[in-house]
Amino acid sequence: MARLNTPEELENFRQALLSQRNPDNPCISICAGAGCVASGADDVIAAFNKEIEKEGLTTTVGTKGTGCPGFCERGPVVVIYPEEICYLQVKAEDVPEIIEQTIKANKVVERLLYEDPVTGEKAVKESDISFYKSQERTVLCNNIKIDSRSIDDYLAIGGYSALAKALSEMTDPEVLEEVKKSNLRGRGGAGFPAGRKWEGSRNAPEPIKYVIVNADEGDPGAFMDRALLEGNPHSILEGLIIGGYAINANEGYFYVRQEYPLAVENINFAIEQAEDYGLLGKNIMGSGFDFKVIVHQGAGAFVCGESTALMTSLEGKVGEPRPKYTRSNIKGLWNRPSVLNNVETWANVPLIINKGADWFTSVGTESSKGTKIFSLVGKITNTGLVEVPMGMTLRDIIYKIGGGIPGGKKFKAVQTGGPSGGCIPEDKLDLEVGFDELTKAGSMMGSGGMIVMDEDTCMVDVARYFIEFLTDESCGKCVPCREGLRQMHRILTNITRGKGKEGDIELLEALSETAVEASLCALGKSAPNPFLSTLRYFRDEYEAHIKAQRCPALYCKELIAYFIDPSKCQACMICARSCPSEAIDGGKKKIHIIDQKKCTNCGTCLEVCPPRFGAIKKLSGEPVPGPLPEEERMITKKS
Amino acid sequence: MSVIQFEIDGKEVTAAEGMTILEAAQSAGISIPTLCHHEKLEPYGGCRVCIIEVEERGWAKLVVSCVYPAQNGIIVRTRSEKVDRIRKTIIELLMAHAPDSPQLVEMANTYGAARDRFEKDPSFCIHCGLCVRYCAEVAKKNAIGFVDRGINKEISFIPEIAAKVCHDCKECFQLCPTAYLQATFVLTESLAFSPSSKELAKEG
Amino acid sequence: MESEKIDQIIDKHHGEASSLLQILLDIQSENSWLPKEVLVRVSQKLDVPLTRIQHIATFYKAFSLVPKGRHKVHICMGTACHVRGATRILDTVEEATGIKAGETDLDMKFSLETVNCLGCCALGPVMNVDGKVLGKMSPVKTAEALKTYE
Repeated sequence: MARLNTPEELENFRQALLSQRNPDNPCISICAGAGCVASGADDVIAAFNKEIEKEGLTTTVGTKGTGCPGFCERGPVVVIYPEEICYLQVKAEDVPEIIEQTIKANKVVERLLYEDPVTGEKAVKESDISFYKSQERTVLCNNIKIDSRSIDDYLAIGGYSALAKALSEMTDPEVLEEVKKSNLRGRGGAGFPAGRKWEGSRNAPEPIKYVIVNADEGDPGAFMDRALLEGNPHSILEGLIIGGYAINANEGYFYVRQEYPLAVENINFAIEQAEDYGLLGKNIMGSGFDFKVIVHQGAGAFVCGESTALMTSLEGKVGEPRPKYTRSNIKGLWNRPSVLNNVETWANVPLIINKGADWFTSVGTESSKGTKIFSLVGKITNTGLVEVPMGMTLRDIIYKIGGGIPGGKKFKAVQTGGPSGGCIPEDKLDLEVGFDELTKAGSMMGSGGMIVMDEDTCMVDVARYFIEFLTDESCGKCVPCREGLRQMHRILTNITRGKGKEGDIELLEALSETAVEASLCALGKSAPNPFLSTLRYFRDEYEAHIKAQRCPALYCKELIAYFIDPSKCQACMICARSCPSEAIDGGKKKIHIIDQKKCTNCGTCLEVCPPRFGAIKKLSGEPVPGPLPEEERMITKKS
Repeated sequence: MSVIQFEIDGKEVTAAEGMTILEAAQSAGISIPTLCHHEKLEPYGGCRVCIIEVEERGWAKLVVSCVYPAQNGIIVRTRSEKVDRIRKTIIELLMAHAPDSPQLVEMANTYGAARDRFEKDPSFCIHCGLCVRYCAEVAKKNAIGFVDRGINKEISFIPEIAAKVCHDCKECFQLCPTAYLQATFVLTESLAFSPSSKELAKEG
Repeated sequence: MESEKIDQIIDKHHGEASSLLQILLDIQSENSWLPKEVLVRVSQKLDVPLTRIQHIATFYKAFSLVPKGRHKVHICMGTACHVRGATRILDTVEEATGIKAGETDLDMKFSLETVNCLGCCALGPVMNVDGKVLGKMSPVKTAEALKTYE
């Protein structure tokens, strides 16, 4: 493969690639992201390849393992081009039928299509599925179209044309201006205007500068960056090179968390290929601009997602944040100007250069331009990644796209912004997503994690969970975070165990103020948010736990008891046999009783009791009814 | 070197460029409480006790004075209702570890901190880092360091190095605000220093 | 682990102290844990105080200073998994293996860790055994899955 030495050579190569590809030939795209792989996508891909060879179709039918298209709940996801027929939850056993019916006979396999849970209507094309209809997948759309390990696939969809344009048709200040004009704000959580950050670095006197990709996506429940890193690594790389050009940095870094091994592999692959093609390295496309990229893996520390901690980690030290009194775009990595941006921010850059700042600002709201990718997870029907224009309401995302709450349960809250964010209740669902709206309600948009909670979620436990997460991840350097969260965790755990006391809430509030005002970094300063927001909207749950030792959501293990409703028990023995503590007494036709002394509240009985009986109940804050007298326990036939 | 002028507690203060607010205050004879600060060591910014209120361009914010650079025209308040309240909580959090530390007891009296506000923790260590930093930056022996993170963070001697160098040094012992450092040393010595290395230390 | 192998890995990263994490990660992927001799060797070759290496090896949770069992079980405790019942999965594994998170059993069969989000949130609750992601777990499914490991 010869180097592409000029933008013209790149274009010619691209045209040659396209002429070799027949768009009418069927191409079967199977998602090979970590989620679908866990659901068996590798077997599906192997099955397709085997079947195609068996049927002698190898010259006309192509298969690709592609990037994540986001509909993870229904994986493995298969999309057949050019018709865009979308099949869900495909298994290896389904493959012969797909080849027979869809590829050879042009018929659709109905049972593998998406079915609307309300109307029963089936959707044939990917774009007809209600999950996708209201989305605007500007950044994510290409994932399902390309083999993430093929630079040719990326070139075929126009890849690196933005870099060619930037290097040959624009000066570096012009590139910076375009990004400033676009009003692109960081997608990692803080939402700082990228153009302004870049400009600060560019104007700093120190000549050696760096651009860094923050791929340490640590917010639990968020996997937007994983999909981009695994699925379209070149889009991020291209953005990074353009950024380097704009601020006169010749060295770039990817800091990828090691919990994403597939992402690390694909990024390294992409860098190697880009170097082979001359799109990375010395004198890129004859522009005179040199750029090299180094990949560092994280080693299991959430705090390294914080920009100064990340830079300290890149220097080979423990990830302790530094005070931000001097901004890191002036004194960052090795005390030099460093532009650190999130994966999704970088992925937007080639689009802005190609289509222009005006195109970018045409989407979104006044203060929040463009689209945002969210990971919609938790108690939601359509779990996965959604990309929507800024300004869409939470309600539309959760109900129109997410399909609402499964199992007939009632919505309770949506948690946004990860451990730095808060919970938003039902009456605030008409808030628009963006950088500023959610903050007023006590949360924040953050990096895009959106965790839906229903009536079975205990909000006090949610606060305890996040504080526990942060005590685990705190670097431990400063007192308000290390000691403050330590005490908050103790108090919240006691509350969830029925050991809360009067004055606990006030103590938690005092600790929250100390952490917010005096912590060294944003981890500590935002740590109290989940507590403060759940207290604001769900104070009654806190009071029930403290005053009545009752968990209204029937979740907290020490405050609930499992009880078999004698009026519903059909004595089928399923729960008795499944109970790991042998705590259920009963026999065929003899109503079962749970021995509360042996019961460990594991919940297995509730899980296995046949839904048509529904005899297991959870109780909290009330005494467990006494057992039925022996003589009443036999079930007799109803006359 | 240009001179910086600003105000602390209503008093005009002059500082050299590059000075922190704490350094400027100390040279002007204005006292700000500290725990993890030491003039021979790089500023650490860990205890947050030296927190102060800074007003610049009409906006007030809380910053730690040992690290924050002195700037022209800023107004600094070393005490305020909020500053005092936060210092009080910090002291109370540390007293959950070392309620009898003389430095903490003295500060507790000034700020009305309650010794038993928070549930006690079995470890005395308040993580001021003075021992670790002194051994690395001044003694340059690196015999003691930190391990782990967050609430599991601890100080830990490296037995092989400590066996050789600590016996004749022990300069960090007087820096420790609690009894923890000495206790750790004694424990490490009894568990990990083999007799031959003790002899090595005596031979010098 | 032989010093030769360690030196090879250090040389691959040009003996740069800034690559400390990458060096330790590479060593661990060969050896599954970091014995003290390894830390000492790295300290000597990179001319970095052992205290710094020790702090790094304990600060970052990817590293282990003790030998690991044959099967590494990671339970995801991310928010999405938590909301879908990850705590009960952890309880089930602790019950079945007899160890708590952070421990390895006496037969060196299982090592149990919790992980803060594997990024497979749509499949929650999720666990990862020996690099393979198992999704949509329940206490019953988990107990069954563990029985299949030797």
